[in-house]
Amino acid sequence: MSIYWQIIWAYIKIGIFGFGGGYAMLSLVEKSVVGPGWISETMFTDIVAISQMTPGPIGINSATYIGYVAPGSVNPALNGIGWGLLGSCLATLAVVIPSFILVLYSSHFIRRHSESGAIKAIFSGLRPVVVGLIASAAIMLMNAANFNPNGIDWQLWTNIAICAIAFCLVYFPIKLGKKVLKLHPILVIIMAGLAGFLIYGI
Amino acid sequence: MAQDNQTICQDTPTGSYWSLFSTFFKIGLFTFGGGWAMISIIEREIVDKHHWIERNNFLDLLAIAQSLPGILAVNIATAVGDKIKGGKGSIVAAAGTILPSFLIILLIAIFLTPDMIKNNKIISSIFMGIRPAVVALIIAPVITSAKAANLKWKTVWIPLVVALMISLDMGTVSSPILYIVLGALGGFFLWWFPQRQKLKNNRKH
Repeated sequence: MSIYWQIIWAYIKIGIFGFGGGYAMLSLVEKSVVGPGWISETMFTDIVAISQMTPGPIGINSATYIGYVAPGSVNPALNGIGWGLLGSCLATLAVVIPSFILVLYSSHFIRRHSESGAIKAIFSGLRPVVVGLIASAAIMLMNAANFNPNGIDWQLWTNIAICAIAFCLVYFPIKLGKKVLKLHPILVIIMAGLAGFLIYGI
Repeated sequence: MAQDNQTICQDTPTGSYWSLFSTFFKIGLFTFGGGWAMISIIEREIVDKHHWIERNNFLDLLAIAQSLPGILAVNIATAVGDKIKGGKGSIVAAAGTILPSFLIILLIAIFLTPDMIKNNKIISSIFMGIRPAVVALIIAPVITSAKAANLKWKTVWIPLVVALMISLDMGTVSSPILYIVLGALGGFFLWWFPQRQKLKNNRKH
């Protein structure tokens, strides 16, 4: 049973000290789960690859997967769907709960003081910074892994075109007679996936 | 607590818990590439479609979510759910965001081996198309949030410098937390100094 406490403790730590989200968190996850020998280095790389090919935050994906396999790999008696399921639930809850409490507590505090001049002033200073944070996320994702994973010129240009078209579809309204239509981002993701399949999959 | 809940309900037009859950389930299901990628979808669903939150308030919630540790997507869902429907709402929104990836990964862990996904040519071709589109989904809210933040000539340099410094990726100087702290302090002192000046002037008279 002690493996479950270890998983909970490891993921609580990841949830508390994992600043910056996503990939910034990964090195911490790697240290906590490959170090004690719950999974191998190759397995970890596989989990990262799977996280990139499934929806959802990578922190949740890795917690769910590692929580499922770790008990069985440490103690063969805990091999089985039930034990694995218990591990994934505990790991996922453990990684979420610390920040959930923090966010809830801070937003309640801020709401209680939302009429104070100081809080208003602080948020007026934060807004331009948040715009910069979103922009930095966009800039940092304009990399080879997203646009040219195979290092082939025509694929790079195709992916730039997909990005440009996706932007126009999400941002600019389309006029159909009297109706003004802005495409839903989810629809644009589905269309991009379909385009990827048609261009690269066949 | 009961009073607290009442004020929340007065402040914000609310849907049912179920519509909150299903909205965030949808958001979780189509969030590829982490918390920033969900901003576009949240804006469309929560701000434009349901009018649960104003764009300006959404920016404030993003600031809270990003300043705290943990998984950004879950933090955003918690803050938005709490704003719309209080404590219970935050649980519902966070659960909705987490469940799709939890269930999908669980199915993969139970029924498939990593190689079946990793080397699957169809899935990887689909994601070759999705990844550049996700970048576009993050560029769009840069513009909408810049408008919502009401940037003036006096403030427009702030996001530019922040974006540049963070994307240079040079360790501590590129830490998002540093700029959140600077932004908060900047906003506070710009308000506090004139305030203090006024008080002093009043005392003189």
